[in-house]
Amino acid sequence: MLSDITLGQFFPRKSLMHRADPRLKICLTVFSIVLIFVAGNFWALAFSALYIGLGMVLSKIPLKMYLKSLKPILFLVAFTAVLNVFYGTGEPLWQWGFLKVTRNGLLNCAFVSIRIIVLILASSVLTFTTSPTQLTDALERLLRPLSKLRVPVHEFAMIMTIALRFVPLLLEETEKIMSAQKARGADMESGGLIQRIKALIPVLIPLFVSAFRRAYDLATAMESRCYHGGEGRTKMKVLRFCSHDYLIIGSAVLALGVFIALNLIFPPAIAG
Amino acid sequence: MAFIDIKDVCFSYDLEAGVKKDVLHHVSLQVERGEFVALLGHNGCGKSTLSKLFNGMLTAGSGQVLIDGLDAGLEENQLEVRRRVGLVLQNPDNQLVAGIVEEDVAFGPENLGVPPEEIRQRVDAALKAVDMYHYREHAPHKLSGGQKQRVAIAGIIAMETSCIVLDEPTAMLDPRGREEVMETITRLNKEKGITIVLITHYMDEAVRAGRVVVMDDGRILMDGAPREVFGQVERLKRHDLDVPQATELCYRLQAAGVNLPAIPLSVEECVGMFREMLGGRADERMDS
Repeated sequence: MLSDITLGQFFPRKSLMHRADPRLKICLTVFSIVLIFVAGNFWALAFSALYIGLGMVLSKIPLKMYLKSLKPILFLVAFTAVLNVFYGTGEPLWQWGFLKVTRNGLLNCAFVSIRIIVLILASSVLTFTTSPTQLTDALERLLRPLSKLRVPVHEFAMIMTIALRFVPLLLEETEKIMSAQKARGADMESGGLIQRIKALIPVLIPLFVSAFRRAYDLATAMESRCYHGGEGRTKMKVLRFCSHDYLIIGSAVLALGVFIALNLIFPPAIAG
Repeated sequence: MAFIDIKDVCFSYDLEAGVKKDVLHHVSLQVERGEFVALLGHNGCGKSTLSKLFNGMLTAGSGQVLIDGLDAGLEENQLEVRRRVGLVLQNPDNQLVAGIVEEDVAFGPENLGVPPEEIRQRVDAALKAVDMYHYREHAPHKLSGGQKQRVAIAGIIAMETSCIVLDEPTAMLDPRGREEVMETITRLNKEKGITIVLITHYMDEAVRAGRVVVMDDGRILMDGAPREVFGQVERLKRHDLDVPQATELCYRLQAAGVNLPAIPLSVEECVGMFREMLGGRADERMDS
């Protein structure tokens, strides 16, 4: 049912990837994604995929979970792959009407598919090994320089925290209201699309009313606990770099070196 | 000087332009440090409004609210006042901020700018004080109502306030959760000397306080020890207020002509009294 929906797929384990500083993990994810997109030939691409694979192995999360995370984007992969096959340039290997398949097209297709898949895997390593609270915390720290430009970084982080806290609560409530309306004879399972959307109105209105009431209560509770914005606020859990974090940074530097070398030594596999 | 000193306070809500609803009429109340006061009254009698005046969430229309000598009505005193008086609300779901128990308890001290190591100590101590230490890494929505309410209380304790105001903290709980919360509150009052103001609908809870204040229609009707207040059964009934069940029973027996030595406040007290009255025979019959 509704409550099965989880936000961010965090799998609590005790692994190097779990212990790593969340700020570092975010940077590392961005770093790997950049690598994938800068890779000009298959060697470099394979190497960056291997680097991300190392992260997957170190996370101690079964491969099955990672494969599951790919499911929702399979269609996108297939779609772009098909497009790329037919958009190649050069001598056609096979032709039917205006559709033609070239060597360049096939290469492009493989390249782009691998890119997307590895991209998703890289972000999965991050979300699988980092709890949502750690993620918001780390984002708040990383984006702190932006607050000098008057970007309300602390407020965004607080909104995220509260949203994460209240999503399960509101889902539970939605289910309750749906049952209550069904008990009064509301029909939510039959009829066309428009009818079904209309059937949702008696669910949404009480849900919104209750959400506003909760918000009012929450504001009272937060204010009476001395909340007055991010100014002068401290944190119980301070993010600190440990020895394994420096080790990870070292690996990233090494990976970058190898990656650049591979990119330069081997000729580019695809044009454009 | 009294810890909470309310002097001749009036309060009204603006319903719409020009229309006002008076909630409090010239209320004066003093609460001493370390007291356990139960505040009773009907819905809409002004007790929740009063509780929000205690920590400056609302400002009195006239009169003065002094907390530890600080005027709670002044904007610049607000943080200092809230450092001294914590507020626990009725719905346990709506007052927890973070998605992890210990982080929620840390919320208050974090706002006060307490250094991280000290927050850790305070959070652990507060969670132990409400007996929720084992649940420190749980998500609040997986806890029972009573447990959530205890986490909310821990969040106030971690701020090291000297007074906790609880606005019907047990209204949405089952009997077991209610007992958990009441037991926690009583213990905090006795062991840590925290001043407690408990707003409640349950007479059986009010009996456990050291002092009962009854409100009706924005005024203080009665103020005294539980025995004094609940002894005046007729006066309470006239204002459509309840008395504890045991008291009610004995009051009716007395009205029917049964001569009783005293009016009990709790079930245990009532049973004890009847045992004594009926002599050993009652014990035998109950045991068999």
